[in-house]
Amino acid sequence: MKKSIASLLLGTALAVATAGAAFAQDKTVKIGALSDQSGLYADLGGPGSTLAAQMAVEDSGLAGKGWKIDIISGDHQNKPDIGTAIARQWFDVDKVDIIVDVPNSGVALAVNNVVKEKNGVYINSGAATSDLTNAQCSPNTVHWTYDTYMLAHTTGQALVKAGGDTWFFLTADYAFGAALERDTTAVVTANGGKVVGGVKHPLNTPDFSSFLLQAQASKAKIIGLANAGGDTTNTIKQAAEFGIGKGGQKLAALLLFLTDVKAIGLETAQGLNFTETFYWDMNDQTRAFSKRFAGKMKNNAPPTMVQAGVYAGVRHYLKALEALGGNPHDGVKVVEKMKSMPTEDELFGKGEIQPNGRTIHSAYLFEVKTPAESKGPWDFYKLVGSVPGDQAFTPLSESKCALLKK
Amino acid sequence: MQALYAQLLVGLINGSFYALLSLGLAVIFGMLNIINFAHGALYMMGAFVAYFLLNLGGINYWWALLLAPIIVGIFGMILERTMLQWLTGLDHLYGLLLTFGIALIVQGVFQNYFGSSGLPYAIPDQLKGGMNLGFMFLPVYRGWVVIFSLVVCLATWFLIEKTRLGAYLRAATENPTLVRAFGINVPRMITLTYGLGVGLAALAGVLSAPINQVRPLMGADLIIVVFAVVVIGGMGSIMGSIITGFALGVIEGLTKYFYPEASNTVVFVLMVLVLLVKPTGLTGRAA
Repeated sequence: MKKSIASLLLGTALAVATAGAAFAQDKTVKIGALSDQSGLYADLGGPGSTLAAQMAVEDSGLAGKGWKIDIISGDHQNKPDIGTAIARQWFDVDKVDIIVDVPNSGVALAVNNVVKEKNGVYINSGAATSDLTNAQCSPNTVHWTYDTYMLAHTTGQALVKAGGDTWFFLTADYAFGAALERDTTAVVTANGGKVVGGVKHPLNTPDFSSFLLQAQASKAKIIGLANAGGDTTNTIKQAAEFGIGKGGQKLAALLLFLTDVKAIGLETAQGLNFTETFYWDMNDQTRAFSKRFAGKMKNNAPPTMVQAGVYAGVRHYLKALEALGGNPHDGVKVVEKMKSMPTEDELFGKGEIQPNGRTIHSAYLFEVKTPAESKGPWDFYKLVGSVPGDQAFTPLSESKCALLKK
Repeated sequence: MQALYAQLLVGLINGSFYALLSLGLAVIFGMLNIINFAHGALYMMGAFVAYFLLNLGGINYWWALLLAPIIVGIFGMILERTMLQWLTGLDHLYGLLLTFGIALIVQGVFQNYFGSSGLPYAIPDQLKGGMNLGFMFLPVYRGWVVIFSLVVCLATWFLIEKTRLGAYLRAATENPTLVRAFGINVPRMITLTYGLGVGLAALAGVLSAPINQVRPLMGADLIIVVFAVVVIGGMGSIMGSIITGFALGVIEGLTKYFYPEASNTVVFVLMVLVLLVKPTGLTGRAA
């Protein structure tokens, strides 16, 4: 009897050991790039983000070490229900390990819950809402690139300090706009400024003249644009038409991407101040990467900061997997490993992932060049200043993230 | 109160686009019995042709206003000759599906090459700047859009309702065989009518290029609203679609002022109400 128990124990131990070995040797990974592939955010994320993920896989060199890494992509069409349906299918049927990109804060927050429920990994680069690492933080989520808190505390703060003490908001009527308006309002009032009014517009509005007239009538010194992508470009173009700059009011493009500046044209966009965490023309490394990237894009566009964030995020994820020696298919475990390793890549430099999932790196204040200053088709920005990561993003002491209360 | 005047005027500007587009749709539906879902894509093509003319050929806005409708109109006539003409006599659904498919293909091709965020097109120098009307600052270009589209709309209405050519057209829709017996080439007339409707869409596209981005999806975003306009005005009614176009622009503008969150749904709410009360549309006759 004793003997049989001993052999049973031995057998179990062996089984556990072999299972452990098999687990350590599992080197398959499936990445899902979920984005707006055809709508107003497609150029800042979209197919370019899928390409960035592919380049990250190639550059990781893991294929040469026996890893098998696949990438699939999906179009959430800026609808949370479609985004979550795709995410569920990816986890349940396609056995996806990690979802990346996901612009549109509304979709991003919805997908956040699915990833947590399925214990996957979520590296969000496209969405802005700071809630992803604050009130709605998750042990499965890493938020790369930027967020509304950062935008408010860089562009917003700089404008208030320069004398822009009365604000009127044009806000995209969904999670992102609300978060950006909330975070910027906090900065404005904390610095002695005042918000005199605001108007919420539907996502993807072609004509802003009505809203611009209301902003004009408010006599606020700063018109804060809490919108993004096609909405922002339309607002800026039409504001110029209605002579808003000439009337002494200043536009604050709180969130502006490289592709937006291209769409507006330097003639109209020149002089705009805004913040990004990545620009293709920062240094030799970013230029080299961007050249490779643009060579693979249909319109030869260099990467936006969202696409750069997808690249950096996937690189770091793969580094963590390599350090683990295999893919445990356990989201919380992988994200913990990611948080334990400092981040470093050619695009964002050195940084870290905080316990709430927020990636910390420097942010840069840019100004759009004049047409005379621009020397190439994508030569748009000049650097005005930079903010170190620990000052740009939410301090842990202010974060309401439940993960911090352990 | 001043703000209200400004909103009314801004509404009229948007209404101009609705009117021009719904007019083209009404002409095509009235004469060809086709629900032209490709209208938005053709509107987008008008804007892109203007962009190409300027950036590749150095041809300015004023010529684009003439050339773009002709070029896109010819494209439309080729569509009609090669595809749409085979659908005569079939259920509306076939025309709708065919043109919807064409729209998706055209948009897809443009999106593949130009991305989704669009290309800049500057306001022509002669129409830059603005004037202070006391209650608002009106950009000259916007004023131009209202006046120009009003003229085009009325001219089209006059052509179809008051001229001999228009009479032939209307007769051909009623009874093509009889009109043919009078020695009139009905198929050619129908092709030209489709070309005219398409040309109106392209014209609206050129007009809108300096205001909005020249984007592959600019038409897709607009066409649904325009269909609502046509339904409210009464399918196929020329004057009805012009008036409803302008009126809905104004109503939408007022909504943007009083309750902005509803501004992209108000047109559809109205459509539902009109259909419940008068299913043929405000000016439509019973079929």
